[in-house]
Amino acid sequence: MSNDLINVSIWRGGEDGEYQTYQVPRLESQTVLDVVTYIQRELDPSLSYRFACRVGVCGSCAMTVNGKARWTCRTHVSKVAEGGQLTLDPLNSMPRVKDLVVDMETFFNKWADAKGSFKGDKTRDDALAYISPDDPKRKISSAGIECIGCGACYATCDVIKWNPDYLGPAALNRAWTLVNDERDVTGLERLAAVAGDNGCLGCHSQQGCVERCPKSLNPTGAIAGLKRETIKAVLKGKLS
Amino acid sequence: MSASALRIETYLWLAQRVSALILVICITVHIATMIIAVQGGLSSEEIIARIGGSKIWLSFYLVFVSSVAVHAPIGLKSIMREMSQIPTNRIDLLSILFSLIIGVLGIRAAFGLYGLGGA
Repeated sequence: MSNDLINVSIWRGGEDGEYQTYQVPRLESQTVLDVVTYIQRELDPSLSYRFACRVGVCGSCAMTVNGKARWTCRTHVSKVAEGGQLTLDPLNSMPRVKDLVVDMETFFNKWADAKGSFKGDKTRDDALAYISPDDPKRKISSAGIECIGCGACYATCDVIKWNPDYLGPAALNRAWTLVNDERDVTGLERLAAVAGDNGCLGCHSQQGCVERCPKSLNPTGAIAGLKRETIKAVLKGKLS
Repeated sequence: MSASALRIETYLWLAQRVSALILVICITVHIATMIIAVQGGLSSEEIIARIGGSKIWLSFYLVFVSSVAVHAPIGLKSIMREMSQIPTNRIDLLSILFSLIIGVLGIRAAFGLYGLGGA
């Protein structure tokens, strides 16, 4: 194969389907998303994939690139296309809709199940909460707050493959940021939601999520924090 | 999930970690003793001479086998839950059964060796 071309195999279809191969011109600073976009615009307009911002903010474009979940807009072809070959699949552990598009409904529902939304008790008439950026809990919360919801961690997590009811690293990471948010009032209700084998105790600490998070977050660390807090709550008889 | 089920899962998780801590110590002592004792060739006479009739070794092995009886079935439960299609209530039953079997066999062996030695 010419050095000027990339050989791209893409999963076509839903749960049933097959790989289709395309030849794409090699360009400098080319991202995997550039490659997919080129194929759709120049070679095969029927190709379905998902993207929005193209600059690593929205979390829409994650796919399985040569076997690993990645955000494709910030993944340079030169770093992942060994021997000029790219194999693209939809994310694992989510139902396949078409080609590179997956149904992320369950993934996001689990954020709701983990009480991943902020709930305060102040009104617009109350004074703003003053929380120092140096506050230890604020620092813990800030460490995990930049999740873009791309699903790369979820698609990498083996526990979800084995136990589809497991909440997963993204939802648990989100819960941990809120457990450490002093303005939030969900408290024990959230700890109960993330406790047990389908919650934080199901994590095997393999750290695939940490390895694959494009934002370099540490969901395993967040889950370890949830383990400590839920166990303390159970031992003190608070989760009843 | 009910609060009681969450409590049980949490206590089991904790029990497995605590038993793991005990097992690290027990296995280290067990293996180290074997390596030291095996210098002249490990024989049943040697083992009985060392362990038989010793309340310290009996206590040690009772703690050891009890920790195994706690630790292994909880792990087996997780493995069966994640890797098999066996219904959850049957998995719980199998795990309890496994715990009882290795617990009884282990305690029997520890007392058996204790009874073989001494005066």
